[in-house]
Amino acid sequence: MANTRTTPSGTPTNVTQKHTRGGIGESTLRPDGTLKVTGEFAYSSDMWHEDMLWGQTLRSTVAHAEIVSIDVSEALAMPGVYSVLTYDDLPAEMKNYGLEIQDTPVLANGRVRHHGEPVALVAADHPETARRAAAKIKIDYRELPLVTDEASALAADAPLVHEGRDDHHAGHVPHPNIVHRQPIIRGNVEEARKRADVIVEGEYTFGMQDQAFLGPESGLAVPGEDGGVDLYVATQWLHSDLKQIAPVLGLPEEKVRMTLSGVGGAFGGREDISMQIHACLLALATNKPVKIVYNRFESFFGHVHRHPAKLHYEHGATKDGKLTHMKCRIVLDGGAYASASPAVVGNASSLSVGPYVLDDVDIEAIALYTNNPPCGAMRGFGAVQACFAYEAQMDKLAAKLGMDPVEFRQLNAMEMGTVMPTGQVVDSPAPVAELLRRVKARPLPPERQWESAGEGADVRALPGGLSNTTHGEGVVRGVGYAVGIKNVGFSEGFDDYSTARVRLEVINGEPVAMVHTAMAEVGQGGVTVHAQIARTELGVTQVTIHPADTQVGSAGSTSASRQTYMTGGAVKNTCEHVREALLEMGRRKNGSYHPAWAHAELLLEGGKVVTDGGEVLADIADILEDEAIDLELEFRHRPTVPFDLKTGQGDGHVQYTFAAHRAVVEVDTELGLVKVVELATAQDVGKALNMLSVVGQIQGGTTQGLGVAVMEEIIVDPKTAKVRNPSFTDYLIPTILDTPTIPVDVLELADPNAPYGLRGLGEAPTLSSTPAVLAAIRQATGLELNKTPIRPEALTGTL
Amino acid sequence: MDFLRPASWEEALAAKAEYPTAVPIAGGTDIMVEINFDHRRPEYLLDLNRIELLREWEVGEEVTELGASVPYTQIMENLRGTLPGLALASHTVASPQIRNRGGVGGNLGCASPAGDSHPALLAAGCSVEVESVRGSRLVPIDEFYTGVKRNALAADELIKSVHIKNATGPQQYSKVGTRNAMVIAVCGFGLALHPDTRTVRTGIASAAPTPIRAKAAEEFLNAALEEGGFWENGKVITPSIAKQFAALASAACNPIDDVRGTAKYRRHAVGILARRQLVWTWEQYRGTTGRPLEGAA
Amino acid sequence: MRVNFTVNGRQQEADDVWEGESLLYVLRERLGLPGSKNACEQGECGSCTVRLDGVPVCSCLVAAGQVEGRDVVTVEGLADFAKQRAEHGHGGACAAGGGCGTKGVSTDEAKRWSARPGDSRTGEGVELSNIQQAFIDAGAVQCGFCTPGLLVQADELLERNADPSDQDIREALSGNLCRCTGYEKILDAVRLAAARQGEAL
Repeated sequence: MANTRTTPSGTPTNVTQKHTRGGIGESTLRPDGTLKVTGEFAYSSDMWHEDMLWGQTLRSTVAHAEIVSIDVSEALAMPGVYSVLTYDDLPAEMKNYGLEIQDTPVLANGRVRHHGEPVALVAADHPETARRAAAKIKIDYRELPLVTDEASALAADAPLVHEGRDDHHAGHVPHPNIVHRQPIIRGNVEEARKRADVIVEGEYTFGMQDQAFLGPESGLAVPGEDGGVDLYVATQWLHSDLKQIAPVLGLPEEKVRMTLSGVGGAFGGREDISMQIHACLLALATNKPVKIVYNRFESFFGHVHRHPAKLHYEHGATKDGKLTHMKCRIVLDGGAYASASPAVVGNASSLSVGPYVLDDVDIEAIALYTNNPPCGAMRGFGAVQACFAYEAQMDKLAAKLGMDPVEFRQLNAMEMGTVMPTGQVVDSPAPVAELLRRVKARPLPPERQWESAGEGADVRALPGGLSNTTHGEGVVRGVGYAVGIKNVGFSEGFDDYSTARVRLEVINGEPVAMVHTAMAEVGQGGVTVHAQIARTELGVTQVTIHPADTQVGSAGSTSASRQTYMTGGAVKNTCEHVREALLEMGRRKNGSYHPAWAHAELLLEGGKVVTDGGEVLADIADILEDEAIDLELEFRHRPTVPFDLKTGQGDGHVQYTFAAHRAVVEVDTELGLVKVVELATAQDVGKALNMLSVVGQIQGGTTQGLGVAVMEEIIVDPKTAKVRNPSFTDYLIPTILDTPTIPVDVLELADPNAPYGLRGLGEAPTLSSTPAVLAAIRQATGLELNKTPIRPEALTGTL
Repeated sequence: MDFLRPASWEEALAAKAEYPTAVPIAGGTDIMVEINFDHRRPEYLLDLNRIELLREWEVGEEVTELGASVPYTQIMENLRGTLPGLALASHTVASPQIRNRGGVGGNLGCASPAGDSHPALLAAGCSVEVESVRGSRLVPIDEFYTGVKRNALAADELIKSVHIKNATGPQQYSKVGTRNAMVIAVCGFGLALHPDTRTVRTGIASAAPTPIRAKAAEEFLNAALEEGGFWENGKVITPSIAKQFAALASAACNPIDDVRGTAKYRRHAVGILARRQLVWTWEQYRGTTGRPLEGAA
Repeated sequence: MRVNFTVNGRQQEADDVWEGESLLYVLRERLGLPGSKNACEQGECGSCTVRLDGVPVCSCLVAAGQVEGRDVVTVEGLADFAKQRAEHGHGGACAAGGGCGTKGVSTDEAKRWSARPGDSRTGEGVELSNIQQAFIDAGAVQCGFCTPGLLVQADELLERNADPSDQDIREALSGNLCRCTGYEKILDAVRLAAARQGEAL
């Protein structure tokens, strides 16, 4: 099967025969597509092993409490139960983990800090046995006062969520219940304010969004004969997991062998550890393979969420529509453990200005420690919350000035050369005004489409959909625009790198490249583009993608819109070195036969070495013979620096990325129900390596933004800090009837600093989608609407 | 847990008599969620899937007898003309896959105030045929719901069918949810015109501890239609009648604030739905009875 | 308890089934057919959709004991099912072999997984149904977790309605959640499959 010849995916007309097919720029199809449509693709929850046990996590039923006692005796006595573990059973000195700050206990140590915190583990021969046993563990909680918001976190008598902090943010935060604080000061807001003819202020609230990936957390840990463990798991970053897992198991990293299983979506929710350590602990304790699969209920407690936020903004503008200044304060609720909160603060502050020229700013962003569910990475990462607020501000300013909201934005749009509030110069294309122009120029979808079906109203095209709530009554159309800015890659001085191993050899007479990285394929299509890059760089048709594991160096996280740039860049880089090695081999073997070996620019195309003039010098297979070229190299983006802790100055970001949206909505103004009719978008991707995947990413990201605009929110009871809707019955994500057509307009303006000129693209569509929908609903209803998601109550005055 | 698999209705009744705590399972769309999420561990599950008669229906002269397990999809596809309100309600239930499994027996058995079929059943007028080894009885729908998720069934009884009055006039059902498909009712409203008796009936879901009728609204509308001679003259319903009907429907609610919506919103939305449905059904009535449209003036 | 039923045309027997187990659990954990996915286990996502006596249902909400003597088609048997339908005018038993697995995914298999040379256009020698190929070609697969349920549901739609409107497609698939694609390419895939089905006739 490995020798099946590839059928080309459409025959481009502008390339010569020798051009390698399936290279970058073509919409090649997913290499895992066949497995995924036949049900054979092995997701982490599909793993199976002879003699396997099932692990179950017992989680706290209260948000903040001292654990007075735990009694596991009854659970342990149950037939079929192999092990019950609590904090006291942890094998190593290290008992905490965390992405940046190791503040998260593997199992609660005498105290729980949020609803659903893991307290005990059970391994049994059937999931039901494990559940029944977990239910028999007796825990005596003594509840403690709650920290649930900024006021209760910073009150004089506030309980400290974490006492005795010694992390590297502890020294500069004004209160121990603040994880991290980042101010950014540039220019002089007090002076600039004097130039303003109009000033608008707004207080905005962003709800807690869940990644709601469809494949719940799951995996299989298999104890090894060497006392180590093999772990098959769905994650976004194998090596980051490994660094957190090994110390708490008391094992050296090489004894924890991780293999990426199929990942059912991620969106940030798999950047943190979930069941990884628990499964390993149970496997090592029982010396049997242990599988853990969360159900949807547990999944809501099993990963961090998007930070809910309160944002206060003040903007000024002159009467001819030029922004004068911006002052904002962003308060993110990080919940009980730090997770990615510090980095989210960095993003929220440094991108709080939006894609606009503003020289005088006064910015502050903080993340709180509270007893709410922990929050961390989710697509858009701090930039989403800010975009929701600053775009609402832009509309308010335009309205106050009597200007068109798009023209107002274009007048203030940043471009290449603009200086960010951090002092960083935007040094590659920033086509903000052009993106807005493109979405605005698109014809509007026809009105009253529900009537076009002929007789009667087609409720499927109306707000309320199949629920048959209106046949057109009360329905008003609105149109709204938004644009956003997101950074790509890990920022603030983080040593962000990816590793790629590439092996080139001859199999059955044909040159075959094998690409081996630890990149987590979470659905984004990284495996597709890796093969394309190898084909382009090495001129071969046959590319094998090795399973991702920890036998190769880190690929960094599948997050921050970075993988095509970083691991794609690493594959390109390693391929270039493999190519050089091959050409060197060719010169050694054949150089004397043809002067071009020494003098011409040589390329690899169609399985051959050719000169830039098109002359074929040799078959790659003939050069390699039975030798293999096998290289593993790291690739880094240009270095960044941390933001100054007082002024926020510093070239903290690698690359910026932009998208704009136009939302057309129809609102049943009497019932407060919304139908998004169209959500058009334009985005600059630098270079589309695979347009089919690019468009898929943009449409998917757009839809997640739509979800948080009109329905998605984890509701936490402020009195108990308990989650009220941990299920797909009450945490709603858009169905196909809620999702409109999403026309995508892709620009390709190369970034000279990036591989192939590409620009990371996965997150930007999630930013501007939400405020565009909100703006459209505001236009339809005339309401101010400062909170997302919009609930029918907010549109009907029935809160 | 034991799994009981009666092959016939008689066996099922015998099993229920022997094990009164047995939980009947037909479509499984409620009980399996509770089992999967560890909310419930019944001692016995009583499978009703093998009992053919529960999946049958018979359209009679005046009444349709609908088996408790007839899937919503079948109701939508086959009974749209006879039971239009219930067909509309069936169409709003969850998803196609759920509609392929669930039936009114499950809604009635669970008696959740949010069940989509309740308002349509209340508005159409029906009786629930329940049976045990002791015999069978017909429970009028108005007496069926006895409390939050409680109904008039005795421990040894099973729901066999629903005897629903065939439509003699237009019927409607709408539910409000925060998603355009696959959503549990924040609230639901059903309205049926009964030109044969010159009455209207209503049903409300998810806006009181049990499914209810808006009786004051019905009485008001019955009187207003009678007084204005609307049934004969087919005139357009005046805005003031519609408004008062909506206000009374809204006032019939006794909702709570929960994660799906506020009580205030539920009252508001029921009023809007009542007004809209009155217009939809009445316009349809006027259209089907071929009344001249000059009454519109 | 013991449950006997037919899966993808093959007689199957599951033993020691706990009475609270769902059909989904039995397929995935006892019969080695993990293609049907366990995304919500409350009938809200459609990822576990299978045909039960021909009717698409959420297998997470069918009690294992309820399938005694009945016929189930999962995504693993979809290609055969579609082939039989094309040849005999109805879906039916998959021939010996087909996608009827015998056990779950072993760790060895997981380690051996690799994206093989080429893309998915050739089907890598695997015979795919029209809807499966259309999902690949249209880019309707990203993480793929929703894909098996969507395929079973969409295949049944095209069986009933050879030329569905966009709203028909949306209604038919409204019980299948996807978090990656924004659905646009799923619509494309169903349109493509309908068009190809039309051409083939």
